[in-house]
Amino acid sequence: MTVETAEVRDAPRAKSAATKIRRAQQDPAWLRWSLTGLAVAVVGVLIVLPVANVFAGALAEGAAVYWKNLVDDPDTRHAIGLTLTVVPIAVTANVVFGVAAAWAIARFSFPGRTLLTALIDLPFSVSPVVAGLMFVLIFGLQGYFGAFLRRDGYAIMPYLVAALLVLLLAVAYFVFRPSHPRARRGLWKTPPLGLAFVFATVFVLLVLGQQAFEVWPANKSLKIIFATPGLVLATAFVTFPFVARELIPVMNAIGADEELAALSLGANGWQMFWHVTVPNVKWGLVYGIILCNARAMGEFGAVYVVSGHIAGETDTMPLRIEKLFQEYNMPGSFAVASVLTLLAILTLVVKRKLEDRIPQSEQGRRTGAHP
Amino acid sequence: MLVIVAYNPTGGRAGRRAAITALIVGALGLLACGKSGSGSGGAAKEVELLNVSYDPTRELWRDLNEKFVAAYEKESGTKVTIKQSHGGSSTQARAVIDGLEADVVTLASFLDTDAISKKGLLQPNWVDAFPSRSLPYTSTVVFVVRKGNPKAIKDWPDLVKPGVEVITPNPKTSGNGYLSFFSAWGSVVLRGGSRDDAIKYVTQLYKQVPVLDSGARGATTTFVQKKLGDVHLAWENEAHLEVREAKGELELVYPPISIRAEPHVAIVDGNVDRKNTRQVAEAYLKFAYTDEGQEIAAKHFYRPTNEAILKKHADVFPEIRLFAITEIARDFPDAHKQFIGEGGVFDTIYSPKK
Repeated sequence: MTVETAEVRDAPRAKSAATKIRRAQQDPAWLRWSLTGLAVAVVGVLIVLPVANVFAGALAEGAAVYWKNLVDDPDTRHAIGLTLTVVPIAVTANVVFGVAAAWAIARFSFPGRTLLTALIDLPFSVSPVVAGLMFVLIFGLQGYFGAFLRRDGYAIMPYLVAALLVLLLAVAYFVFRPSHPRARRGLWKTPPLGLAFVFATVFVLLVLGQQAFEVWPANKSLKIIFATPGLVLATAFVTFPFVARELIPVMNAIGADEELAALSLGANGWQMFWHVTVPNVKWGLVYGIILCNARAMGEFGAVYVVSGHIAGETDTMPLRIEKLFQEYNMPGSFAVASVLTLLAILTLVVKRKLEDRIPQSEQGRRTGAHP
Repeated sequence: MLVIVAYNPTGGRAGRRAAITALIVGALGLLACGKSGSGSGGAAKEVELLNVSYDPTRELWRDLNEKFVAAYEKESGTKVTIKQSHGGSSTQARAVIDGLEADVVTLASFLDTDAISKKGLLQPNWVDAFPSRSLPYTSTVVFVVRKGNPKAIKDWPDLVKPGVEVITPNPKTSGNGYLSFFSAWGSVVLRGGSRDDAIKYVTQLYKQVPVLDSGARGATTTFVQKKLGDVHLAWENEAHLEVREAKGELELVYPPISIRAEPHVAIVDGNVDRKNTRQVAEAYLKFAYTDEGQEIAAKHFYRPTNEAILKKHADVFPEIRLFAITEIARDFPDAHKQFIGEGGVFDTIYSPKK
């Protein structure tokens, strides 16, 4: 500003002064341009060119062939469908676990908290292939549960389902219970021992009920690895840290004050969570989901190990791409790759759009959230 | 039901009640899902088979499956669906050992099938369960050279001439790799060379390998796309495809002697007995021995074991001396241990280029 007004008064001298100042502040032009050029070249060669090449390769034999490659091959169709099944399940599971873990770590101090934080990061540091092998070692035929799962795997389902339902029930009970002891009436006043008894009874009845009505087949092998459950497990494991990692810093930054205020004003757990916590961490959560989703769709290593490579059954999109590539079917593999790339670009566009909508006040909170 | 009884009399607000109702509905839905999932199957006369195979056989089995499904439905009225799983041969064997529910395995080498047998999933004498030692087709290792064969490569000794670069995958990690090694070894000792001559020969041979890829497809890419090397030691069937794809840029050379590769087929007894699919699985593998099956094998450049059909395709499969693994070692496991395994010949002769 001051330089500009000086310029008006005494043009030639001020101009040279301004140039001098600018020169002193900046690096020489050749350096600036070569550095910029280098950066552009690196981005161009490493990112833009390969991505463009995927689409060029996919469309090399025309749009009609591209479409045929995607739609006419039943195995490719199945792979796209499978990815779009596995990913939402894995992401949903990770949202639930991630919110619970972030909540526990950010709001409570308990023995093993540091260990839990470290464990959440574990999938980041473990190679995906190792993660896959881990599941093979647990659920494989030579693994710990393999023989049992093969012989009569579904026998475990009544217990699993009952435990899940009772857990849901317990969470619902405590979440909807009025926070203040004096506001509790009727069933909400059940003493802890009574609750434990009720939950245990429900559990036993659920198990017996399922067994009596033979809900699950007997003496049938329950396939975990080399089937969809294995793919979900592997994907969920690898993408586990994203949601929790995004939420913990946000929750730490916000602090517990507003939640405490809500509780002291008589909100129950659910009201506090839904009306106070969720709006506060919304952007962190959305960001976590997007990252988790992007990673889950592209997951290769862990899924490769547990898939079994059955065409039209356990091949996800990345595995299908590799297979088509190995069959020398370049247009086909590039076509599937382009769909995967498009999904990734779509994810990034959504992320960008959402970032525009984040209020300024929350942007500061979010910046600390990058892992 | 029980859930409703236990939680109806809470008398909470409407929102709560709605949430709890949703929970119960979800729970019942889950149970219903489980029920419907278990109810299906078994009624219709349909059988599903899983064939676990190795990478290059995709097109072969796709063809065989199509013909078999049609033939079997006409013959017995049973509709068969065949699922395929392809991958590296030993990875696939490992997956079957770890519980991949294969009905039949059609892997690249005896070693892999035998590994499954050692875990008790195959009967011990599985090799004799089907004709020709469970081999509907065989293969071998041949040379692929550049157009016009500029380095004049005709036989194994030509590979170690100065200036010749050889492309072959790592014997430690690839079936193609160790079969090339065995072939090279056999080409010396079966023509009267001593063990020392053979060691000298393979030492020189692997000195002339610029890159040791981990698998057959990787080596093909190195040779065809990156245009490295003068000669590619490839599976016979892959070599035919490679030459056809290259449209005149590559040529096939048959050395006078090479190994007989034996991709055995077998029924996974442990799985078919449990899944009740033995009958179909047996019919399936026997189909590969029929004239129709043998013709399909020949079409995909696998040597049919039916002599008459092999003769018919003599133009595609020139007669060369194919030696069995038993001529250079006791059997496959023994050869692998001697030559490729930890501390074997390959370890002593090969040092990675720095």
